[in-house]
Amino acid sequence: MNFQAIQGEGWLLCKAEQLINWGRSRSPWPFPYGTACCGIELMCALASGYDMARFGAERVAFTPRQCDVLIEAGTITKKMVPVLKRIYDQMAEPKWVIAVGACACTGGVFRTYSTQQGIGSIIPVDIYIPGCPPRPEGILYALLKLIDKIEADHPLYKKRQQVVEALEAGK
Amino acid sequence: MAKEIETVCVTTGPAEVGDYVALNIGPIHPAMHGTLRVITRTDGETIISAEPEIGYLHRGVEKLGENLTYRQFLPLTDRLNYCSAICNNVAYELAVEKALGIEVPEKAQLLRIIMMELARIADHQVLVGILGVDLGALTPFFYLIIQREEIYEIFEWHHGARLTNSMGTIGGVEAELPDRFHEKWPKMRDSIRKANDETDRLLTHNRIWMDRTIGVNAFCADDALNWGFTGPMLRACGVKRDLRKDEPYLMYDKFDFEVPTGKHGDVFDRYMIRMLEMEESIKIIDQAYAMYQDMPDDAPLMKKVPKIIKPPEGQIYHAIESPNGELGFFIKSDGTDKPYRIKIRPPCYMVYQAFGELVQGEMISDLIACLSSINVIAGELDR
Amino acid sequence: MSLMDRIKDCLGTDLIEISEFRGDVCVEIPKNRVIEAMTSLKEKGGFDFLSDVFGVDNIDLYAAKAKKAKKKKKGEEEEEEPKKQGPPPPRFEVIYLLLSLKTNERLQVRVRVPEDSMDVPSVTGIWKAATWPEREAFDMYGFKFKGHPNLRRLLMWDEFKDHPLRKDYPLEGKGEERHLNYDTV
Repeated sequence: MNFQAIQGEGWLLCKAEQLINWGRSRSPWPFPYGTACCGIELMCALASGYDMARFGAERVAFTPRQCDVLIEAGTITKKMVPVLKRIYDQMAEPKWVIAVGACACTGGVFRTYSTQQGIGSIIPVDIYIPGCPPRPEGILYALLKLIDKIEADHPLYKKRQQVVEALEAGK
Repeated sequence: MAKEIETVCVTTGPAEVGDYVALNIGPIHPAMHGTLRVITRTDGETIISAEPEIGYLHRGVEKLGENLTYRQFLPLTDRLNYCSAICNNVAYELAVEKALGIEVPEKAQLLRIIMMELARIADHQVLVGILGVDLGALTPFFYLIIQREEIYEIFEWHHGARLTNSMGTIGGVEAELPDRFHEKWPKMRDSIRKANDETDRLLTHNRIWMDRTIGVNAFCADDALNWGFTGPMLRACGVKRDLRKDEPYLMYDKFDFEVPTGKHGDVFDRYMIRMLEMEESIKIIDQAYAMYQDMPDDAPLMKKVPKIIKPPEGQIYHAIESPNGELGFFIKSDGTDKPYRIKIRPPCYMVYQAFGELVQGEMISDLIACLSSINVIAGELDR
Repeated sequence: MSLMDRIKDCLGTDLIEISEFRGDVCVEIPKNRVIEAMTSLKEKGGFDFLSDVFGVDNIDLYAAKAKKAKKKKKGEEEEEEPKKQGPPPPRFEVIYLLLSLKTNERLQVRVRVPEDSMDVPSVTGIWKAATWPEREAFDMYGFKFKGHPNLRRLLMWDEFKDHPLRKDYPLEGKGEERHLNYDTV
């Protein structure tokens, strides 16, 4: 993003959307929804060595109400589906979802009676990471991609569109 | 109030509520590793009863196994206990080899032992680290996880995967130890010892750690045997039982190592046993590595096995000592290329079913300590 | 005294069949004598540790065998019609894995269970270790363990109707979904 700062007077000139996106993209607090093997790789990505905090995912929020990114790592079974939906609904806007691993993307090798074939049909997913499980580098790359996506967003325009649509619907 | 919570959270729990508060922990909770859920009834901070609810990671592995060939099932065993996937691989390979009636060459056995013991160290390191995190000691986790990355590096060199290894195949191991292992191991041994030593100094004689672990969830040996405990959980209660010694498989009877046992079966003993076992594993790897180096270079790594594996009709059970305890595979063969029935006997399943009895009368914070010290891996618990 | 002899001695008339495959001894006992036989195996036989309890569905095995036998007969004597031989063998079996901690011997105990009477005596009174495995066997096959303290589904959710590990249940399920209305979960 490009700020135009006029020196001396302490002025800062930029679009409001850019400022909002800058704030959002620099602190995507993750909610580590680790269920299976990918959860271990997510743990590696969060811990020392790979250290996801370098990219702003500093505080691992263990409550859905204080997080921005739901990192869903691992298989979701049909028994777990309502829980996942509930966690997602509890998150405050704006919210993003990363699906880590083959199971979260499509169900992976577990094409069975008890496995949900991908979480895309339950909640909207922003980034899919393939791999069984993906390496920690893959998870970091996905986070960077998500940051790019957040920066390209138009939050105020979207909000205005929503208001316009609501008004038109009201008429 | 209590009744409302009960109706919202508990559809399957015990029906009577009384004057106690129902507290639902999990399935997604920072202290519930993975997908575990415990429904407790508490009086203040004291737990009156606790009932675990499982199945949130039931993926139908056993049913899938009936529809895959013997070789195709091998990668699925990784996804059971993903902290030490190699032990699962070897347990399954040994079970199929028992059904076929073959024994793999000595060099392959040594390779399997080296890799399994490395996996055991990695598994115990995760357990100790996470136990620390759950009890509020974050630092050992960071020391140990760096160390574990080095073990993963060796796995990657040898068979190309970090976590879900699928090491070896039925009849042997594909590759010899990578050349880089010879340089790496002496250094790594020292660094594992150093990390363990640092953890030991940070935790073992720490006053807070001792208060949080000593005497918590003490369990007696008779109860443990009745509930089907195996592995470190049983050894913490003072029963000297290790399948590596008692029912030797591979070449474990040729190695010199100790089986550490505890006395009280509390969280501290379980922690100490893991710390001591890591040292024993290093000893085993050293001996196995020395034997491996004495082997001729052209010694076979594989036994000749037909491409399509068809064990004769019959049923076998084979168990090994995984980091958590007795990991067994029951295979019923009907003479075709697919197993007729595969049953996995996960070690933590038997321990976790006694969870209600383990934590009864303890505080809620001790429940977390107990859960971490059991090392419940949802993948092998629910299969 | 060998393991087989000791087991024969210990079980007496309760023993239906004893076999060995790759060193694993398997005995079959009648369904209504499970408690007595297990108690005597534990106290007299020294098998004091229960490793696991699970079910097996043999319907496909019998079907494959019948097919094989029919083929063989057709090849040999075409004239003779296949006769119906008595009632069909029981469809299910429950297998108990026992272990002796003193001698490190393992034993498989098999109980045959017909489809029309699925109740089996529970061994939770002898070993508490059977609590969850029996619940799982109920969940997966539908055995009704008599005397079990808490026989509910273990792995599948409560509204689930079928028993998924039965051979006639498809691998990919029958399209069961859990409702997304989480207020009641």
